[in-house]
Amino acid sequence: MAGLTLRGIRKTFGDTAVLNDIDLDIADGEFLTLVGPSGCGKSTLLRIIAGLESQDRGSVSIGGTSVDHLRPHERRIAMVFQNYALYPHMSVFDNMALPLTMTRLNLFERLPLMRHLSPRRRRVMDEIAREVRAVAEQLRIETFFHRRPGQLSGGQRQRVALGRAMVRHPQAFLMDEPLSNLDAKLRVHMRGELTELHARLGVTMIYVTHDQIEAMTMSDRLAVMDHGDILQLGTPADVYDRPATTAVAQFIGSPAINLFPARVGPGGQVELLGRTLPIDVRNVPAPELTVGVRPEAMRIGGGPCAVTCRFRRRENLGSESILHFDLVASPEVAVLCRIDNGMPIPEGEVTLAFEPRDCHVFDNNGRRIEVESRNAASRDVRRASEVR
Amino acid sequence: MRTSTTIARPPTPVAIRMRRLVSLALVHAVLIGGAVFMLLPFVFMLTSAIKPPGEIFEATFRLWPRQFYGWQNFESALSTAPLLRFLLNGLIVCGGILVVQLLVAIPCAYALAKLRFPGRPILFSLVLLGLCIPVQAPSLPLYIAFAELGILNTYLSMMMPFFLSVFAIFLFRQFFKSYPDEIIQAARLDGVGEFEIVWRIVVPSAWPAIAAFSIFSVVAHWNDLYWPLIVVSDTKLATPPLGMMYFADSELGSNYGALAAGATIITAPLVIAFLIARRRFIAGITMTGIK
Repeated sequence: MAGLTLRGIRKTFGDTAVLNDIDLDIADGEFLTLVGPSGCGKSTLLRIIAGLESQDRGSVSIGGTSVDHLRPHERRIAMVFQNYALYPHMSVFDNMALPLTMTRLNLFERLPLMRHLSPRRRRVMDEIAREVRAVAEQLRIETFFHRRPGQLSGGQRQRVALGRAMVRHPQAFLMDEPLSNLDAKLRVHMRGELTELHARLGVTMIYVTHDQIEAMTMSDRLAVMDHGDILQLGTPADVYDRPATTAVAQFIGSPAINLFPARVGPGGQVELLGRTLPIDVRNVPAPELTVGVRPEAMRIGGGPCAVTCRFRRRENLGSESILHFDLVASPEVAVLCRIDNGMPIPEGEVTLAFEPRDCHVFDNNGRRIEVESRNAASRDVRRASEVR
Repeated sequence: MRTSTTIARPPTPVAIRMRRLVSLALVHAVLIGGAVFMLLPFVFMLTSAIKPPGEIFEATFRLWPRQFYGWQNFESALSTAPLLRFLLNGLIVCGGILVVQLLVAIPCAYALAKLRFPGRPILFSLVLLGLCIPVQAPSLPLYIAFAELGILNTYLSMMMPFFLSVFAIFLFRQFFKSYPDEIIQAARLDGVGEFEIVWRIVVPSAWPAIAAFSIFSVVAHWNDLYWPLIVVSDTKLATPPLGMMYFADSELGSNYGALAAGATIITAPLVIAFLIARRRFIAGITMTGIK
């Protein structure tokens, strides 16, 4: 078990830059997720860590020592692939035993006919069988040891792939979208199993996904990537509550965040569609701003922070509903609002309000700006006086 | 509402069935014609092998002879020409060629399909170029080289020009190209070296391609008369077609029944091998469910 350090990793394929000087520190035992839309470079980064791809510049260290010159298996890390990558002609047992036979038997003992001549082989194979069985029992796959991968279901294959990674006791696990080939129900289940597995093994895991729910639910920290850059690195709560850019804000959170065009007024106050919001910004590069409000922070009703919308349709999710609106001032802007079922469903034009502290303000480059809430202070004073 | 235009009436079920029947009959008539054309010489050989000399050139062709003369024909073929020796020679030459072809072409094809190295596109275009060169073209320089090396009249001289098969490289390269990269990468992470990846991971899934190529290779070299005729003059080393040629104009020249029996003996292994390999071939395709 070990932490990982990436320094200035750069990779280009032909003329297209895939990774731009990635720096990343991953603590020992951490569950870190690389999340981003497809083509953002997250899989390439994982494969560079594994040694399957070589970086153009920069270095990878595992446990404090550089592994740039080491071949994939010498890095002592295991990888689980999206389509499992099990050896189709080998039984489940042989699939799981292969990494151990490769390290513990010599070439002569691995040859198809010579193997029966080696007395040592039998002893080593017994030991390997014992270890494989122990891992298989943890994953509850020992009952289909003698089947081929083709005879297993997706979830079972996934477990075998995990088992093959676990028998080697690697320094770190790399997972490349391991759940995306499973059906929705099994995916939720395996999410829980992987989280428990991580807690039990306490080993470093680097997990690649494009699914923000997987990223939010499983990770200790997540790195949101796009166009070969890490846009934001932080805990799921950090990234959700304080998205660093509009891209991160849009990517994390479901349904997606509402983004409204806004301007900065002469006194530094934020003006949203003709209303002056009770928040101030300082040192903005340009007067154009974007204000983001998550659908779950919107409610039907008036207030100092509000937008006027026209109701379009409702998506019923059972316990709650997602309401779709158009902005009256500019109908091309869609607005989402999440409400508990049982609340009245509006019709026609309505006002949607939100709290100043739920506003995420971004500058004209999409970068987050820290805001000062004027009302917050006065409200606190008022509350204090009410108590008194 | 009426329209003046005539609308084609939908065909009745009987008409559909008739049309299907006619087209089926037509297709099968063409296929049967082709099959008869291909098989007739073969059938003629088989029937001649069991006919007495007098019956072979009778004006009326009959499938079964009036007098069964098979034992005598086969006996005289086997006693005059060392047919079993020819069969053994054929086996040695074809087996040797096939084994070395596979040993050379499979790693080559793997490298061209799955490894990234400078010059790979050039090497692959050379392979394609090699496909365009007929075997007869380099035969004179090869003959001279073998004569200089003093290896004429050996098994090696019959096999060596065919050890490197560009066709095999091309065929296996196309097959390996579709092999999932992830499995190869997983093997690398598990510590399997490139050579073992080829032989332990990729080849077990390539049986259909290997079977298909083996059929091509063995048929071509079993029936090859050209190259053995050039490099071999010793009857003890003759492959089946060459041996038959030697005996066709000397001992067995006039005995057509025995000649046909000899031809039957030397074609039999190939036909039997093909029938067996064909089954394996189909089993191989259904077995390797790579997903």
